[in-house]
Amino acid sequence: MVLFVCFEQLSPIFLYNSVSWSTLAMNTTVVAQLQRQFQDYIVSLYQQGFLDSQFSELRKLQDEGSPDFVSEVVSLFFDDCSKLINTMSRSLEQPDNVDFKQLDSGVHQLKGSSSSVGARRVKNVCISFKECCDVQNREGCLRCLQQVDYEYKMLKTKLQDLFNLEQQILQAGGTIPQVDIN
Amino acid sequence: MTRDQVGEELPNLAESKLTALVVDDSFVNQTIHQKLLNRLGIKNDVVTNGKEAVDVYCSGGNYDLILMDMDMPIMNGIQATKRLREMGIESKIAGVTTRANEGEKKEFMEAGLNDFQEKPLTISKLLSILHKLNFYVQT
Repeated sequence: MVLFVCFEQLSPIFLYNSVSWSTLAMNTTVVAQLQRQFQDYIVSLYQQGFLDSQFSELRKLQDEGSPDFVSEVVSLFFDDCSKLINTMSRSLEQPDNVDFKQLDSGVHQLKGSSSSVGARRVKNVCISFKECCDVQNREGCLRCLQQVDYEYKMLKTKLQDLFNLEQQILQAGGTIPQVDIN
Repeated sequence: MTRDQVGEELPNLAESKLTALVVDDSFVNQTIHQKLLNRLGIKNDVVTNGKEAVDVYCSGGNYDLILMDMDMPIMNGIQATKRLREMGIESKIAGVTTRANEGEKKEFMEAGLNDFQEKPLTISKLLSILHKLNFYVQT
């Protein structure tokens, strides 16, 4: 009888511990899976040319004091994209009155900020865009404008997915893997 | 030393009490350059064009290092550098720009720069500037 009571008193502890260990094991697996997913995803973004090594440099600057540094900087970049694309679109509106100087200035700024965040595809479109501005090719500029708009929006979606994965890892109690691409 | 996310040890120059002024019209670059400087322990301020940089000095401000962008509205980096040197300002000025053709670089250097780096800036490029300008001795 006494043994039975003791067992009943003890068993919740044993049960609790075995549940805790089981939860911990499951959680570790979930974290590992998310980390793997993150690693594969970010590598694919580099391999597909969305990002270059400058994005790695930004990630290196993120620390405990500024845990959202990368997302804040890319958010500023996407704001730049939106504003500059609007301005450049207006410059290109009138076929007989294109302000190529203003257009060139906009392309230069966009090239600069895309280069600063490692937005490789956007930067590359800006290089072609500048060439079209230099020869005052309005049709070429319009195509580049469309392309740059597409590329920045595509990158924005991809990076949002990446940041969501980061949040999932952190919420599951894990750490963000270091992925150094050079 | 401080550790960055990949575990590399970076010099902490806080004890040297270096100060820097970031002169750039791009919010993206302002944020990155300030973060780079903060990471190395260098206190810094930011202005958005060359005229603001000149005004800061006219108001009695002074910095050990100026990171000067080239293309800015109102007063660009070349004009601002020339103006500061005309005023007798001896702060070290490092030009940072995406414009890298030899002619533009030469014109910027001749305005009075002490060093020049192509954007985008990274920790290693900033350390290279600091080393070149004798603010930091690499060990």
